Amino acid sequence: MNNLIILPILIPLITGVILIFFSKKILAQRWISAISSILTIIAAVLLVNHVYKNGIQTMDVSNWEAPYGITLVSDMLSALLVLTTSVIALAALFYSFKSIGIEREKFYYYPVVNFLLVGVNGAFTTGDIFNLFVFFEVMLMSSYVLMVLGGTKIQLRESIKYILVNVISSALFVIAVAYLYSVVGTLNMAHISVRISEIGNAGIITIIAVLFLIVFGLKGAIFPLYFWLPGSYYAPPAPIMALFGALLTKVGVYSITRTYTLFFYHDAGYTHQLLQILAIMTIIAGVIGAIAYLDIKKIIIYNIIVAVGVILFGVSVLTQESLTGSIFYLIHDMNIKAALFLLVGIIIRITGTSDLDKISGLLHRYPGLGWTFFIAALALAGIPPLSGFAGKLMIVRAGFEVESYVGAGIVLMSSLLVLFSVMKIFIKGFWGAPRAYKGEEDAPVKWLLFGPALLTAFAVLYGVGTEAIYPVISMAAETLANPEIYINAVLKE
Amino acid sequence: MEILMAILIGILFMTATYLMLSKSLLRIIIGTGLLSHGAHLLLLTMGSLKRGAAPLLGEHAEAYVDPLPQALILTAIVISFGVTAFFLVLAYRAYQELGTDNMDRLRGKEGHE
Amino acid sequence: MKTNDVILQTVTKFTLFVIILFSIHLFFAGHYYPGGGFIGGLMTSGAIVLLLLAFDIKTVKAILPIDYIKVIAIGLLFSIGTGAGALILDMPFLTHAFTYVDLPLLGKTSLHTAVLFDTGVFLVVIGVTMTIIQTIGESE
Repeated sequence: MNNLIILPILIPLITGVILIFFSKKILAQRWISAISSILTIIAAVLLVNHVYKNGIQTMDVSNWEAPYGITLVSDMLSALLVLTTSVIALAALFYSFKSIGIEREKFYYYPVVNFLLVGVNGAFTTGDIFNLFVFFEVMLMSSYVLMVLGGTKIQLRESIKYILVNVISSALFVIAVAYLYSVVGTLNMAHISVRISEIGNAGIITIIAVLFLIVFGLKGAIFPLYFWLPGSYYAPPAPIMALFGALLTKVGVYSITRTYTLFFYHDAGYTHQLLQILAIMTIIAGVIGAIAYLDIKKIIIYNIIVAVGVILFGVSVLTQESLTGSIFYLIHDMNIKAALFLLVGIIIRITGTSDLDKISGLLHRYPGLGWTFFIAALALAGIPPLSGFAGKLMIVRAGFEVESYVGAGIVLMSSLLVLFSVMKIFIKGFWGAPRAYKGEEDAPVKWLLFGPALLTAFAVLYGVGTEAIYPVISMAAETLANPEIYINAVLKE
Repeated sequence: MEILMAILIGILFMTATYLMLSKSLLRIIIGTGLLSHGAHLLLLTMGSLKRGAAPLLGEHAEAYVDPLPQALILTAIVISFGVTAFFLVLAYRAYQELGTDNMDRLRGKEGHE
Repeated sequence: MKTNDVILQTVTKFTLFVIILFSIHLFFAGHYYPGGGFIGGLMTSGAIVLLLLAFDIKTVKAILPIDYIKVIAIGLLFSIGTGAGALILDMPFLTHAFTYVDLPLLGKTSLHTAVLFDTGVFLVVIGVTMTIIQTIGESE
């Protein structure tokens, strides 16, 4: 029993509720949400430290013992993801203070962001499959509101499609849970894992595994289920886009990782092969999109899809090393995607357009912005010693070890093409002759740059300090590679 | 009983799919409603249908029903209630702003306001 | 749109209180029998919707000048507060406490912190339902 686990969920929840009362007092809202997100970071750091020292932490909500009640479980992976989420939230909030606009701030922007964090942190922490669904829904409801907030035509149009896709995938989630419950008769994830091991390699389990892959694949945007993502993520403003791009798809990826390492590892010949093929296709589809577009938002959005593919390729290989690589890359990618979206947001704020053909010479006037973007772009592509390198290296090496040459080769190739796609932004947008832009005078670039610069600095540290972070990450991967650790911690056998 | 339920769920899913494939936004929303009804019934059926006393209260009944599917369905119903309500409000706003409820005309090109 | 349905309005004036009383009964019965905060809340908001149907939004707003979004927030505070109270006592989140007391008139009564939690649910449901209905209804 450890109440530290619930703090990263509870703090944003209470903050969100309190902020509703201050809906018209914007300054108070900003202060409260900034303080609360700093508190969340502190709680998350304590949690990571605690898990590192004492192993997996669990908490039986309302004191019902596992597997009868809902259990919150914080292993290293969960704790690290919660920490990353809190840091990203702080950066996005800081960015919002000067860019999101009074109208949105008055219309419950900050409460909804906090509820989104409740959903995301909850989904990372919960140890109960149905509770995962509930936190998914909390997260999705908030994302619907954030997406439509402001009510421009493009937002209304895209959020209809976004909601429709997610309603269908939620129904599928309920169906998948129903099938799983009818087979194993329990909802506690550790307990499910035990029961599935007792059944062994049965056809019905494989079917359920694929059903879960479809459900989480829709949220996590894997091939061929990513179709909704480029349109939907295009609509909302930059900080919301950063939160979505960094957090929402990653929750889907996390869920696939969790279920495919904890439940469905018995028929790996079929399920993980399928996952691997889909992951490779996802990388290819994402890379094609990232190269093809000349729109800075679209380029970064397609890079989300590439990263999802790379992470899931590591998961599908299912060795200790590949899982370590995947976790490395997952955390790196959440961080760097948020930074890039915020940077792209600044560019759009200055120039008033996202069309690369209409932008050039920004480096001349905004060197800080330019070089931050440059570093972030290199980190995204995985240039050593920045943060993307270590993860990708491990994934590729693990891929070669299990003789999956095609997949590993494509992961390698994708880094080059990703580098090309972001360098395209740098070369076309920052080099060349400076132009005059309409948003130039009033753009508070220095303030806006704070969030992404923080995240980029984090990326540099994460890359340089790989050696120091490695034991933490490998501890997370060890839990994934050996489900018994997780099961013993939860069921206390 | 299970077979009967399976047929019923199948009909619900079928109707939901048909409605969701149509062009009118309102029909699509009704379709999503039916889809979640189907999912909830499936959840109930999968938790096995049987007669029995309410669980946890008293200890002398011959059989007890499984409380878990019921709790899950209640949760799922509340969630789908919220989502459907939000979807309806959104559809109404979109209809006012965009002047159409035809999905074909909501397609939109990139960068098009 | 101003309607003047005498029958509906007269009936509403009577049934409104019956419905609200019944919803409160359902709310308290919910601990051991079918009912509870969600159903009670829905029924209370049903009563308010009946009021809206019989009269119009302006009249109802004059009778009940409530910001329903605040109602949601208060309800959430109730529920979360009940859950978080356990944290102070170093128990897991949402752990509830109960006791039996002998009250005058009522006899042996069980007191639960779950009731406080359910009060929160009750308020949230009223708040959400009424917010939705007002949002759609107002723009007419």
